[in-house]
This record gives sequence, C-alpha cells and structure tokens, in this order.
Amino acid sequence: MAQLNMVQAINQALAQEMARDDRVLLLGEDVGRDGGVFRVTEGLLERFGRERVLDTPLCESGIMGAAIGMAAYGLRPVPEIQFLGFTYSAFEQLFAHAARLRSRSRGRYSCPLVVRTPYGGGIKAPELHEESTEALFCQVPGLKVVVPSGPYLAKGLLLAALRDPDPVLFLEPTRLYRLLREEVPEGEYLVELGKARVARPGNSLTVVAWGSMLERVLKAVEGYDAEVLDLMTLNPFDSEAIVTSVRKTGRLVIVHEAAKTCGFGAEIAATVAEEAILHLRAPILRVTAPDVPVPLAKLIDHYLPGLQQIRSALDEVLQY
Amino acid sequence: MPEVLLADFQIKRLEVLNEKGETDPELLPELSDAEMWRLYELMLLSRIFDERAVALQREGRIGTYPPIRGQEAAQVGSAFALTSKDWLFPSFREMGAHLTLGYPIPQLLQYWGGDERSQKVPPGLNIFPFCVAVGSQIPQAAGAALAARYRRDPVAVVTYFGDGATSKGDFHEAMNLAGVFSLPLVFICQNNQWAISIPLKGQTASASLAQKAIAYGFPGVQVDGNDVFAVYRATREAVEKARSGAGPTFIECLTYRMADHTTADDAGRYRSGEEVTFWAARDPILRLERFLEGRGLWTPQKREEAAAQAAATVDAGVAQMEAAPPPAAAELFDEVLATLTPRQAGQRKVR
Ligand SMILES: Cc1ncc(C[n+]2csc(CCOP(=O)(O)OP(=O)(O)O)c2C)c(N)n1
Repeated sequence: MAQLNMVQAINQALAQEMARDDRVLLLGEDVGRDGGVFRVTEGLLERFGRERVLDTPLCESGIMGAAIGMAAYGLRPVPEIQFLGFTYSAFEQLFAHAARLRSRSRGRYSCPLVVRTPYGGGIKAPELHEESTEALFCQVPGLKVVVPSGPYLAKGLLLAALRDPDPVLFLEPTRLYRLLREEVPEGEYLVELGKARVARPGNSLTVVAWGSMLERVLKAVEGYDAEVLDLMTLNPFDSEAIVTSVRKTGRLVIVHEAAKTCGFGAEIAATVAEEAILHLRAPILRVTAPDVPVPLAKLIDHYLPGLQQIRSALDEVLQY
Repeated sequence: MPEVLLADFQIKRLEVLNEKGETDPELLPELSDAEMWRLYELMLLSRIFDERAVALQREGRIGTYPPIRGQEAAQVGSAFALTSKDWLFPSFREMGAHLTLGYPIPQLLQYWGGDERSQKVPPGLNIFPFCVAVGSQIPQAAGAALAARYRRDPVAVVTYFGDGATSKGDFHEAMNLAGVFSLPLVFICQNNQWAISIPLKGQTASASLAQKAIAYGFPGVQVDGNDVFAVYRATREAVEKARSGAGPTFIECLTYRMADHTTADDAGRYRSGEEVTFWAARDPILRLERFLEGRGLWTPQKREEAAAQAAATVDAGVAQMEAAPPPAAAELFDEVLATLTPRQAGQRKVR
C-alpha cells in the first residue's frame, strides 16, 4: 500500500471521483494550471480538461454562488476557497443559500457541493491564512462540517462528502498537509460522515479533538490512560460516541485550536452536561486558543494549545 | 508620447412603442395578433393579481408584499421570450414573470402568506425560489449557466434583479464570471429607479446601468421598460444568443415602481407626487392599449371582459390558497437535509 501524505490522499480521492462521476467539477482560484496553492489539485486539469477543472477569477462569493447554481442544475461542484479566512466573503452564499436551498425549495433543488478549504494555524502564513472558525459554520442547519486528521481519513471522508446529497464544508488542516504519511489504499473506501472514531482507547479520562489538534493530543496523552476521540465530523457530530466514552471514563477534556468563546467545545460540554452529568467525576475542561484574533507567525505558538497546556488540563481533571 | 485612445463605447436605448401607442415598424417584433393580445392579458393579470395581493395584505390575509405596479411590461415582456426549459433566477419582485410562465397563483400568494410549502416549484418549470437577499441569486444563475453549457443544453439562464442589486459585489462577480466564461446568461435589471428610499443616483454615478456590461466584455442595452415590445425584443435576442452559445447580455429595463416598496413602506416619505403622476401617464398597460386599439384589437368592452376573467382567475387562486390547511410542525424539519441528523430527528419527535 502506498504511503501518502494528506495532499496526495485528497488528490487521489478527487481524481477517482471525477473519473467515476462526470458530474464532479472543480472550480476555484488557481486550482487548474497551478494545481492549487498547496498542489492539492495538481494534475487534474491535465487529466480532466478545462471543462472539469475551472480556474476562476478571484471572487469567493461568485465561486460559491456559481457552485450553488451548478449543484441545483444537477452537477456536483467542488469549489475550493483558497483559505478558510476568505470564505467570509462567501458567507452569505454558503449560509443563506447553499445550506438552505433544499429547505427553501421544499426539496425541489438540492445543493450537493463540497467546499474544500485549507484550515488552521501553524504554517507561518500571513493574516487570515490560519483561521479555525469552524464553529461559525456549525451553527448553520443544512451544512455539514468535516475535518480529517490524517491522510487515510482525508480520502475516505472526502469520498463520502462527494457522495453526500447535501452541502459539505471540508476543512483541510493545513499544518497536516505534508506532516504525516500513512498507508492509503489505492481503491475506493468511504468513512461515514457524522461518526467519531476512537483514536486511542483508554479508561481514566476522555479527550475529544479533531483536525490538527489530534496529532498534538495523541502526543500529550502518552503515559496517561486516556481515551482519545477524533470527532471527524463536527456537524452533525457523534454525541453518542462522546457520551458513551464519558460514561466510561467520568472525565472530559476538549481540545480545539479555535478561540474559546462559542467554540465548538462549548457544544460538546453542553451535550455532556445534558446527557451524562451524573457520570462526571470532574468538571469538563476546555483547552483552546484565547479569545483573540489569530495572530501572525511569531505569536502563533502562544495561540495554539500546546502540549504543556493539554497535559495540565489532563492532570487537573485527574486530580480533581 | 501621445495618449492613445484604447476604446470608445456607445450605449443604446431600445424603444419600439411610444406613449401614444405608435411603433417603429422596423423594430416591432414579429408577433401575431393573438400573441399581442396574450401579452396584454398577462399584463392585466399581473396588475389585478398585484392589486389583490395588496388588498389581502391590508386585510391581514397575507404578510408583507412587494408590489409590481408599473413593472408589468418589464416582467411580462421578458418572461414571454422564455420557454419552460430555460432557467430563471428571480429576486422577489417578479410575480409578473412567474404568471407569464404559468406559475400557480395559489402558490404565489401562499409564499407571501408565509407558507414554506409554497416554495416547491412545480415540476416542468426551472424557477429558483424567491430571493430576498438582494443580488445573491445572480452568481447562482452564473453557476446554472456554467452547468447548462457543460451539459450542452441549449437553454438560456435568466436572472432578474433591481437597480439596488447592481451595487452589490455579487452582481459584479457574476457579471465578471459571465464575461470570462462567455456564459449563456441574460441579466435583466428592472431599474425601477428606487431601492426603497434610495434613488438611482444614490446607487450609481453611471449614466446608465447598461453601460456596466462594457467593463465585463459583453453587450449591455437599455430598453424602455414600460414598452413591452422593446423588452420582448431585447430579451428574445439575448436568450437566442445565449442558447446558441454566443454569450451573455445585460438588459436594463428602465421602468418605474408606481407603488410603495412593500406594503410596509410609505413611498410618500421620500418621493414626490409629481414624479408618480409623471410615470402614471407612462403606464405600460395604457400604452399597449393605445397600440392595440389602433390595430382594432382593443375596446373598453374587451378590456372589461379580460379584466373580469383575470379577476376570476385570481379569486380562484385566493380561495385555493386560503383553503390549504396550516402546515404541521414537522414541516420545520422535512427538507433541511436529505436525511435528518440524529439530533434533528430527536427534536422533530417532540414538536
Ligand atoms: C442584501 C440585502 N440588503 C438589504 C436588504 C433590504 N432590502 C430589501 S429590498 C431593498 C432594495 C432593493 O432595491 P432594488 O435592488 O432596486 O430592487 P427593488 O426593491 O427596487 O425591486 C433593500 C435594501 C435585502 N433584502 N438584502
């Protein structure tokens, strides 16, 4: 089996799905000739031609709006927004239209598109290139939000997203693009959306993370009997898996790289409070970025949760 | 070094039928007497539907409603050039276009009555739901046009919007996409000269909206929007061009909103009575009547008959709208996703 990084795994998923289904088209800034700024779509223009891989003008709202019209017409567009921080100008299209089209046409039109966008911090890029505002998108009913944490999952989740009948925001943790290599089967496999996975079994506490934080959490829990859950899909999220694990361990730490206030950790904590409060043996802790804008490179390590912070939270709930 | 003239542009206005009902025979579109009469009937139906909708709102039988009075020629004339295979991305003030394409009246009223179920467009029509977020439907139309071209479907995609929408980024992004990809797309701007209380000159410093197309590399034309023949002629040319793969067109229909912005608005606060009187004399329906009368196709008696028929059609639509039972709470959930999430399913059960 080939050892692939996340860029290669995503590229393979796109190529396989485009070969299988001629409704799948890519569009976005620099996705064609340049193969995308992270080379995720490299080679696809040569293979599938200009009708299937569209280099668009620089217009995030136009790209998103056009993808909605294409999806309603019966295609399966995959718009790429170059960085999550630039989806904000396409917010209206995504929130007010893509996520609502099925509902506001009472099922006459659906919007099966997959928005791909690099996400998260730690790559020494300019401002708005390291955002992790996933929770904003999770507030929108009708939009699925998926975050892979490694190459194998990236391929399987992306294939599942590409076959999903509804709009999916597929957040690709930029820091992981080339950080990890894993065995990725050449053939087709789907990782079901809406399900979490136990990344590491354990008994004394539960840690929930996703995306690039997973790699860090797995390092931090070395030497602890911790169960690590990789959420993979944030909306809809697998509350059952979390509650089941917390019932077993009695302790919960949530780690995310987004700011704390109204971050997705709040939703998880509230869900556990609703469904498993009597199983808790310690308060739920969140390890997150502070409530400040994502900084430039020199401060990013102070922004992202570090190993030490995660370990102090683990100790705190264990010693409570 | 001399300065070089890079380009030199002209922008034209198309007028076919004047206020006296006279036409330019060279420009008059080839329409049979029956088709001309049909245009008249549809404009009258739109007017009567509109008056009725405003009355229903006043009586508390539907919610806020945006009247189309004065814009009947722009809407009926343009939609008359479409077929049911073409795709339409409307804003929220094109009920005349819907009526022209045979959209069911009860459903139009149900929408303004706040019933979600109205939004399911009947099969056989490719019309997008009403779009209340100004201008956001325009790039979506560009996407449908891309898809139509990819599928090699000889259809035109048409999007309607107001003068206010031309100030939005989405308008410019979609115009640019249409030009760059030479899309089978027709932009129909109903320049009714007001965006709520902001007049056209508060919206743009351009001498016309039509000229904006020049910057995107495709033709733009202004038509007299109260002249149904000019609107029809321009739209027909544009949709035929689109269907044949020759690219986009921008049509500015210069018209006037005679009514308030919506039933919640009082246009008397921001515009003069003289202005409204001026435009009332240029009423698109009167103008067509004068023309049809000159051709021996119109009499006051025939108007009465056509109006009575339209009123009966609208009455039947009102009755049907009001006979619909209220939606069940489960409707909240039914079309949010293809399959409800576990959380949604749980919430649905307890509603
Ligand atoms: C994005 C957005 N901003 C503001 C509004 C509130 N609003 C509704 S209609 C309107 C004016 C629209 O003017 P125009 O585009 O000329 O269309 P018209 O109403 O004249 O048909 C405004 C400001 C809105 N619906 N959407």
